[in-house]
Amino acid sequence: MRNKWLAAPYVGWMALFVVAPLVLVVVYALTTRDGSFTLDNFSNMMQYAAVFGRSFLLAGIATVLCILLGYPMAYFLSRERGRLRSMATLLIMLPMWMNFLLRTYSWVFLLERNGFFNTLLSTIGLPKLDIINTQAAVVLGMVYNFLPFMVLPIFSVIVKIDHRIIEAAQDLGANSVQVFRRVILPLSLPGVLSGVTMVFIPSVSTFVISRLLGGGMSLLVGDLIEMQFLGSAYNPHLGSAISLVMMVIVLICMGVMNRFGEGEEEAVLL
Amino acid sequence: MSKELIRLRNIRMAFDDEVVLNDLNLYINDKEFLTLLGPSGCGKTTTLRIIGGFTTPVSGDVLFDGVRINDVPPYRRQINTVFQKYALFPHMNVFENVAFGLRIPKVEEQRDENGKVVSRRKVKLSEQEIQDRVMEMLETVSLKGFENRKPDALSGGQQQRVAIARALVNRPKVLLLDEPLGALDLKLRKDMQLELKKIQQQVGITFIYVTHDQEEALTMSDTIVVMDKGRIQQIGTPEDIYNEPKNAFVADFIGESNIIDGVMVRDKLVKMYGKEFPCLDGGFAENEPVDVVIRPEDIDIVPVDQGQLVGTVTSVTFKGMQYDIIVDFRGFKWLIQTTDHSPVGARIGVKIDPDGFHIMKKSQYSGMFGDYSSYSDEYDELSDVDAVDEDEGAEEERREEGYAE
Repeated sequence: MRNKWLAAPYVGWMALFVVAPLVLVVVYALTTRDGSFTLDNFSNMMQYAAVFGRSFLLAGIATVLCILLGYPMAYFLSRERGRLRSMATLLIMLPMWMNFLLRTYSWVFLLERNGFFNTLLSTIGLPKLDIINTQAAVVLGMVYNFLPFMVLPIFSVIVKIDHRIIEAAQDLGANSVQVFRRVILPLSLPGVLSGVTMVFIPSVSTFVISRLLGGGMSLLVGDLIEMQFLGSAYNPHLGSAISLVMMVIVLICMGVMNRFGEGEEEAVLL
Repeated sequence: MSKELIRLRNIRMAFDDEVVLNDLNLYINDKEFLTLLGPSGCGKTTTLRIIGGFTTPVSGDVLFDGVRINDVPPYRRQINTVFQKYALFPHMNVFENVAFGLRIPKVEEQRDENGKVVSRRKVKLSEQEIQDRVMEMLETVSLKGFENRKPDALSGGQQQRVAIARALVNRPKVLLLDEPLGALDLKLRKDMQLELKKIQQQVGITFIYVTHDQEEALTMSDTIVVMDKGRIQQIGTPEDIYNEPKNAFVADFIGESNIIDGVMVRDKLVKMYGKEFPCLDGGFAENEPVDVVIRPEDIDIVPVDQGQLVGTVTSVTFKGMQYDIIVDFRGFKWLIQTTDHSPVGARIGVKIDPDGFHIMKKSQYSGMFGDYSSYSDEYDELSDVDAVDEDEGAEEERREEGYAE
């Protein structure tokens, strides 16, 4: 029973940096500046419904794009062996070794009015594109930054599927499309689910991407919260309330998704 | 019964530079229970995979009902497989596992008198028909009431039955079984052997069975194909294989054998240990060196003065039905199975009836088997399941490489 004390440092860490801040958020969300109990912070939030809507919409689009781009890639990777696979895995991981802010800044330079892409376009005589400071740029930033988090979990699930199960399906008369639809896809859904979690949550709460690539034109929940704590609209109580609501919505989303994952896997996408 | 269904002609198979099958020729009859028997790495699983369509031979032809099917993918062959470790679909319950093949629309081709395809249409079974066939099949394998279980909630024996039902429900012409009983315990394995044989007779189709267990092969098969090092060593009925092994490898692999160097003096007379023994075999050249096989149960222990040979007992093991005793005859150790106990160190005489001898031509295997000097080691090896498993692992790896190509 001594062994459980080995976890003590981490438990302490968790209490200090996870539980305590959560408690603080709840306390702040339910109080006014002078410390009295209130629910006004929540009722005031309705004015931000559009921001919530936009956040979930953009994060949703980014997640769907990540699935569409990431799943075929993960599938391809799982079928490859040897050097091609390790090379491709390296290329997928490579951007993640660089700082998140730097990566996102670099997109600013690429997409700017007089940035790399537009210079390129004008040299070959095409009109310039106005992508920077649009919602499309924000989605692009999300997909770029979080795509590896979609590819890797799907890859690791597909690669673990027993070859014999696939052969069994072929043996029973399934051609490659049917093998994919009835065996590989359902068996890879857990990977898709964790990929969705790992892309959607950071996307829905980001503020760096929307600030840098959205130019502050399309406010997201992350920006809103940041403004309440660090920005012009300083109001930690409202900020806490927004954070809390956000957390609850995300938890509900994930709960619903996982419920699907446990049930008839086939039913989710087919 | 004797209509030919499958023929393998000059099959050669190699992974990288390692030859796995070397000029293999084999035909398989309709409704036959044929077993490919051999140690791991002998090429038996590869042979099965070639028939199933999972591996394409480097050269040679695979004929099914007279038609070359080398390039026909597995899903278009009228062959189903029961895989090693079953390979059930973990995300489907028992019913859906068995229904898997039935739910796939079959393409029905209409041909004119010249054999040209006139029309193709997809035929889908009705839900009711699927239901009926699955339930009927589950009844055949005694799994009624388990429809809604997931595979991981079943015992090994039950998973085994699901795998069999899943294959048979498609009414294939041939069922391939790749060491299907390997993961079961001894008692269950014996029950399943009889049950498999029963099912085969009931559905009346060809079973091609792969195993390294000689007893399993003897129990179930109509025909046994003994393989080693990518070559067929002998094809025959279980009785033929046991009574008339072609070489020392077969004699040693099937049952227990004492294999002694001898000389065929003339027909029906063999000489070993400098003594001549009457036997029933013939057809050898005069004074041709041969391998003499004497099965341990064909040796009678007699008093020293009546013995054709005299030896010293070096070890006695009680086996329940009989004693396994090791007897030293001038440095060469024999295994004798007898119901009489003889103490270690005793001098005994032995007598062998003429029909107890089986004479084989010399082969590359001569001198490699049939001496029981290392008897106890041999038993250790047999009981060392892990060692066998490692071999299997190696074979599997090769297979996966083959798959990737």
